[in-house]
Amino acid sequence: MARAEEVNGSGSLDDAPASPREVEIDAADQDTRALNDRLRELLLSGVEKVVIRNVCGQRYIGTRLYTPQHLKMDIEIFGTPGNDLAAFLFGHKITVHGNAQDGVGNTMDAGEVVVHGRSGDVLGFSMRGGEIYVRDGCGYRTALHMKEYEDKRPVLVIGGTAQDFLGEYMAGGIVVLLDLEERGHQANFIGTGMHGGVIYLRGAVDGSQLGSQVGCSPVDPSDRKVLDHYITRFLERLPEVGLSREEIINSPFLRLTPKSKRPYSTLYTY
Amino acid sequence: MPRIRRELYSKEICSCSIFGAMNQGGERFNAAGVMRAIANMHVRGNGLGGGFAAYGIYPHYSDYYAFHLMFTGKSMQDRLEAKAELEELLCHKFDVVYDEEIPHEDESTMIDPPLIWRYFLLPHKRGEEEALSDEEYIVSKIMQVNTKIENAYVFSSGKNMGCFKGVGYPEEIGQYFMLDRLYQAYTWTVHGRFPTNTQAWWGGAHPFSLLDTSIVHNGEISSYGTNRWYLEMYGYACTLQTDTEVIAYAADLLMRRQRLPIDIVAKILAPPIWNAIDRMNQSERKLLTTLRMVYGPLLMNGPFAIIIGQTGRMIGLTDRIRLRPLTAARRGDMFYLSSEEASIRLISPELDRVWTPNGGEPVVGELNNMRTVLQ
Repeated sequence: MARAEEVNGSGSLDDAPASPREVEIDAADQDTRALNDRLRELLLSGVEKVVIRNVCGQRYIGTRLYTPQHLKMDIEIFGTPGNDLAAFLFGHKITVHGNAQDGVGNTMDAGEVVVHGRSGDVLGFSMRGGEIYVRDGCGYRTALHMKEYEDKRPVLVIGGTAQDFLGEYMAGGIVVLLDLEERGHQANFIGTGMHGGVIYLRGAVDGSQLGSQVGCSPVDPSDRKVLDHYITRFLERLPEVGLSREEIINSPFLRLTPKSKRPYSTLYTY
Repeated sequence: MPRIRRELYSKEICSCSIFGAMNQGGERFNAAGVMRAIANMHVRGNGLGGGFAAYGIYPHYSDYYAFHLMFTGKSMQDRLEAKAELEELLCHKFDVVYDEEIPHEDESTMIDPPLIWRYFLLPHKRGEEEALSDEEYIVSKIMQVNTKIENAYVFSSGKNMGCFKGVGYPEEIGQYFMLDRLYQAYTWTVHGRFPTNTQAWWGGAHPFSLLDTSIVHNGEISSYGTNRWYLEMYGYACTLQTDTEVIAYAADLLMRRQRLPIDIVAKILAPPIWNAIDRMNQSERKLLTTLRMVYGPLLMNGPFAIIIGQTGRMIGLTDRIRLRPLTAARRGDMFYLSSEEASIRLISPELDRVWTPNGGEPVVGELNNMRTVLQ
C-alpha cells in the first residue's frame, strides 16, 4: 500500500484543509495498478499536488484521472516513469525529473508534460490536446498521428532532435524541434503520410529526409510569433538549458507542412 | 447517460522483455541484478518462458565445450532413456571430462521441468570427420542429437558460457537455477515471455544458441519459412518449433562460418530499404545491392529487437524501422541493453549515456581485452 505523508501543512489552523493539499508517495516496489489507484484516490480526496519518488517503470501515470467535476492535480515524478506516461491525460500537469520511456502523451487530451531529460519512441502518439516539453531528444515516430480539432491543438516542443518517422501520418498540431546542441537533424522519413499540422525545425534538413507528402518552406512572421510563444514557455519550464530566447529564436527555422490534406486520395478512391 | 464502471483488467500488457548487461572490463558478476532488472518488466511477460545466457561462467572448464542438455518426455523413464541414448552418442563422438545434473531448486516450484544435465567435452573425431574443424563437427553432432534422438535437445554448446531457460517468468527461472548464487559472468542476457506463435515448452524458451552465440529476441520473424529453408541448405535443422531459432543459426552461418563483421551482418539481417539504398554513394549502393541479392533469404522480415551474446561481445540490433523497443546505456565499463530504460536505472541509477539505437544499426559492446576471458 502506498505510503503517503503530509509534506505541506501550510496555513493556519483556521483554514487548514480537511486533507493535505500536497502529498508525497514512495513508489518503490509498487506496481502500475497500485500506484495509479493511489493517484486516483488522492485526486478524489482533493489533493492538488503529488510528488512521487522512486518511480521505476510504472506505466500509465496520469492516465486514470478523469473526473466528471474535472479535478486537476500536479504530479511531480522522480525516477523513470514507464510507458504511456500521461496517456489520455485530462488536464493535469506532470513534471518528470529524469528520462521518460516510450509513448509519452499517448492520445493526451489536455494538460502539460515537462520532461527534464529525454524521451523514448512514439512521443505524442495520437495526441489531441495539451502541451509537452522535452529538454533533450526523443526516439522514433514522434508525433505519430498527432491531430487537432477546433480549439484543441496539441503542442510538442523538443530541445534536442528526433529520430526517423517524425510526424508520420500527422494530422494536426504543432511540433517544434530546437536542436539546441546543434547536432543536425538526422531523421529520415519525416512526415511520411502527413496531412495536417506543422513541424518547425531549427537548422537545416535535406529534401531526401522528408516524406514525399511534405512541403518545406522558410518561416514567416506569423510562424515566428508562434515559435516565440512556445520557445518562451519551453525556457520558463526548462531554464537549465542555459540559453536565452533570443539565442534560440534568432536562427534559421524551417516549416514543414503537408502538400495535401488527403495524400492517399488517389490510392484509395477511384 | 450514467457512466458505467467497467472492469479494469489486471493483466492487459504483453510483449517480450529483453535485457543485457556486460562488464567490458571482464569483471564477472552474478545474476542478482539482471534478475531484478527483468523482473521490473514483469508485465511484459506472461510466465510462459524465460531464460538467461551467461558468459564466463565456467573458467575451470574454459577449454571444453559445455553442452547443456534437456531431456523431455512425459515420464522420468522417457527422460532417462533419452539420456542413455544421448550418452551413448557422446561416448563415441566426444571425450567427456565431466558431467552432472545442473543444480536447481525444488522441481515442484516449476511447471513440468525436464531433466537438465551438463557435459564438458572435447570432440573425438574419427575417419573422414577428422577433416572437419571442431566447430563444424560440434554443430553437426548437435543437429544430429536434436533431430534424431527423441526427447533430447542440446540448448547450449559454447565454451565458458551457458544458457539456462524454461517455462515460467525469467526471475523464476533464475531462482530455479540459482543464477544469483552459483554463477559469475561478465555478460548476462535475459528474456521474458514465450516463443512467438508456438506452445510454451522448456526448449522453446529464449535464449536460442549455437556454440557461443546466443540470441534473445522480442518480436516476430514473419520470414521464418524463407529463412529456415535457406539455412537448411547449410545443414541447420530447425527443431525448436519457433522463429527465433533462425536468427541464432543465421548469426552462426554469417559470423562464425563466413567470418563477416557485425556491420555487414546487420545489413543482411536488417537491410536499409531500397529508396535509402538509392540515395547512397556508388560504392555503398553496390555493396548493399550485392548483399540483398546474395543474402536475400536471410533478410529477417517483421518486427524485432534482439540481443546477440558471443564470447567477449554483446550486440543489440532492431529491425530497420525499429518496430520493437531497445534502449542502450553505458556506465563506466558497464554496457546495458534493455526493452525499457527503467530496468537499467533500477540496477544502475547513474548512467553516463542513454540512447535509442537507430533501426538496423548494431550497437556493440566488446571486452576491452579479450585475453581476460580466453586465458
